Amino acid sequence: MYTAQDYKKGQPRWCPGCGDHFFLASLHKAMAEIGVDPWNTAVISGIGCSSRLPHYMATYGMNTIHGRAAAIATGCKVANPDLAVWQVSGDGDGLAIGGNHFIHANRRNINLNMILLNNRIYGLTKGQYSPTSPRGFVSKSSPYGTVEDPFRPAELCFGARGHFFARAVATDAPGTVEILKAAYQHKGASVCEILQNCVIFNNGTHDSVYTKEGRAKNAIYVEHGKPLIFGENNEFGLVQEGFGLKIVEIGKDGITEKDILVHDAHCEDNTLQLKLALMGNGDGFPIALGVIRDVEAPTYDDSVTAQIEEVKAVKKYHNFAELLETNDIWEVK
Amino acid sequence: MSDELEIKELEEVVVRFSGDSGDGMQLAGNIFSTVSATVGNSISTFPDYPADIRAPQGSLTGVSGFQVHIGASQVYTPGDKCDVLVAMNAAALKTQYRYAKTGAAIIIDTDSFGPKDLEKAAFKTSDYLGEMGIDPDRVIACPISQMVKDCLADSGMDVKAMMKCRNMFALGLVCWLFDRDLDVAFNYLKEKFAKKAGVAEANIKVIKAGYDYGHNTHSSVANVYRIETKNKVPGRYMDITGNKATAYGFIAAAEKAGLKLYLGSYPITPATDVLHELSKHKSLGVTTVQCEDEIAGCASALGASFAGALGVTSTSGPGICLKSEAMNLAVIMELPLVVLDVQRGGPATGLPTKSEQTDLLQCLFGRNGESPMPVIAATSPTDCFDAAYQASKMALEHMTPVILMTDAFIANGSSAFKLPNLADYPAINPPYVPEELKGKWAPYLRDEKTKVRYWAVPGREGFTHILGGLEKDNQTGAISTNPENHDLMTRLRKEKVDKIPVPDLEVLGDKDDADLLIVGFGGTYGHLHAAMDEMRAAGKKVALAHFKFINPLPKNTAEVLMKYKKVIVAEQNMGQLASWLRMKVDGFVPYQFNQVKGQPFVVEELVNAFQDILKK
Repeated sequence: MYTAQDYKKGQPRWCPGCGDHFFLASLHKAMAEIGVDPWNTAVISGIGCSSRLPHYMATYGMNTIHGRAAAIATGCKVANPDLAVWQVSGDGDGLAIGGNHFIHANRRNINLNMILLNNRIYGLTKGQYSPTSPRGFVSKSSPYGTVEDPFRPAELCFGARGHFFARAVATDAPGTVEILKAAYQHKGASVCEILQNCVIFNNGTHDSVYTKEGRAKNAIYVEHGKPLIFGENNEFGLVQEGFGLKIVEIGKDGITEKDILVHDAHCEDNTLQLKLALMGNGDGFPIALGVIRDVEAPTYDDSVTAQIEEVKAVKKYHNFAELLETNDIWEVK
Repeated sequence: MSDELEIKELEEVVVRFSGDSGDGMQLAGNIFSTVSATVGNSISTFPDYPADIRAPQGSLTGVSGFQVHIGASQVYTPGDKCDVLVAMNAAALKTQYRYAKTGAAIIIDTDSFGPKDLEKAAFKTSDYLGEMGIDPDRVIACPISQMVKDCLADSGMDVKAMMKCRNMFALGLVCWLFDRDLDVAFNYLKEKFAKKAGVAEANIKVIKAGYDYGHNTHSSVANVYRIETKNKVPGRYMDITGNKATAYGFIAAAEKAGLKLYLGSYPITPATDVLHELSKHKSLGVTTVQCEDEIAGCASALGASFAGALGVTSTSGPGICLKSEAMNLAVIMELPLVVLDVQRGGPATGLPTKSEQTDLLQCLFGRNGESPMPVIAATSPTDCFDAAYQASKMALEHMTPVILMTDAFIANGSSAFKLPNLADYPAINPPYVPEELKGKWAPYLRDEKTKVRYWAVPGREGFTHILGGLEKDNQTGAISTNPENHDLMTRLRKEKVDKIPVPDLEVLGDKDDADLLIVGFGGTYGHLHAAMDEMRAAGKKVALAHFKFINPLPKNTAEVLMKYKKVIVAEQNMGQLASWLRMKVDGFVPYQFNQVKGQPFVVEELVNAFQDILKK
């Protein structure tokens, strides 16, 4: 039995009020509840504010180089599948310089818990737009606004055939702990998008859902097998209409709870899960929080191990001396 | 064998098989070298293939060659030029004749010298021999295609399948010419086509036909040659390419160290065969991951090392540029990692299938910051085995990334490999953190003598720690920007590499009284050795010092280099080893021989250049 304290180390040096502080506390708590020994856990990050995180873990870990965390974590997990491997990146580290590794870790479905701390800004380099900054975003490197569209992390994950995607707000400890535990339970690449505020360079970016009151109004907690209901008094629900989703009011126009779409995180077809993940306040929809997609599939690391065992059973050579004998050999006397 | 035929004994012979990329020249060459090696001849082979996988049939750009050098005594190179050239079509004759010695025997398939073939090969007239100035008396002109068709007429095979056996006719002819025992070839084919008995049978039939053709016609050459073996080293042998030997070296080292072998790689010519080879051996527990890019290949190998495996990444050309970032991370984290660079022609995509030694300075210096890394350069196809073993041992025991350099020439070339006995190889003992340091340990505590830090592999209780790319405090392992600490850590990383023991530089030839010392490194060993032998045979006093360990340099480097009045550094680049040695040895001013053609050195050219130096 562990407590959050067993996973804690050092004094974080993030700015006061930074969303990373909240997330770190939730990660310690989630790890204690999951209960994997700290010495059987590896936390691997790239570079950026959020990538400092491993230094505050009493586990094994590495704070590596910009963008490569997923690739390094891949080798670590394949070489020792018994380790619980957590990969931590920000939106720049994970989706810009490390975008290639992000999509391929998802495609391979390697059993990594991939944390994406999304504050839509480059913090450590002092305020440039990131690949998740909205079009027109004004920053030091875009004084007249950006002229490009952002990635939407869920879309990228799904496009890479990802099997797990969940979202939480950094300040929402129970919500964060819940998705981290679900990510660990899921065998395969598990992407957790954490909406996190940068108080210095992008303050207020997730304002609509950053407080409990805000979430009650502007977010929907999705849960597998439960109807998609939201609102301060649970008065709204989601239904399917045509190719899209629609918000309805329960009790109005003869709509009852039974008419509301029931969330299916295990559905192989990701169409509706993607629609949930892409909902945004700008379109009048609530932001979906919780486990949006959680589909079982063979993991890369398991498959690698299984294939080695299969081949071992079939092939007759199992050490170097036996390998030599498989060649055409001649003898000189 | 006909009685009136004279059998001549030869010291050595070079045969070059050439044809379209799809003509199976490599297979014919491999069988010929294996057949020769079986009787104890020394062998060295070199495939020379085009970058295009399937250039248009019969075109000049699609010609592929495979050169085999066999000798009664030790041969060090695949040979400058050939004694026998097999040209399966007009384009092959056109492009490959330049590799034939004056007076070499030429075997051609006259069925592939029709008007269209000649046109594709840019011959102007039908007198192709005349155009090239080839004496028809030296040519064994044989309608190979037709004879193969006739030979296989009853086989039920279609013409396309029959034509795939043409290479075996040429092989049979060459085997006759050199009095080779065909049984070995037959066994080779039976094994290769174990699941396709029909194919094996057809190939065997065609070899016999080629052999008999030679026998019956005595072709147009008057002699059959035999290469008797001298100085046999008894033992069991196999034929091995440099890439395969490299893969075997990694397997052997991982087994000796008791570690899992992990290869992270991305396909790139000419390094890919290492990925292919290691991917086959899952029954030995070898894990290979074909990554999304070169960066991930190196990064994932480092991740595997962190997790306690022997992490290896393999590449060539531009791949080494992409890996430098993660190599640097291995330098500062002080984790074991082996980076294999099979050098090819550069810069950028350069000459992907050709060989150079142009990455040396990049391997030594091509990273940001003060980033010392050991560099080892394998000297021959078979030495790739030892070099890979030594690189792995060095990385694991000294907690450092190591660059293992080979090149396209030795990676694709092959020679006879005396089967190694792993028990004869030195133990590999990584510096695992002793249990009694629990509670007192920090990541950068070092062995006083070697300056190597201890290795705590995840999964061990009591040794959790965080590594990373930021500078760390030499005592606590915490992030540190302290100026004195950074200066100290920089020096410690250098000192650790400098302290790695490497064998002394050996001087071959006239080591006491040479008038000229030849200096080289890596894959040119065979050519430089052959050049030295030739000069010594002509009465000159010459020695050779060939570098395999480049960083750190052998302790006696300065002593050797400064001992001789004239020293020439010969390398396939613009003087990179010479620059490195001048930097390391005060007052060293060598002559230089530099060639960057993408082709192996030519011994004759080396000898001429070295003679000129002696005259100065």
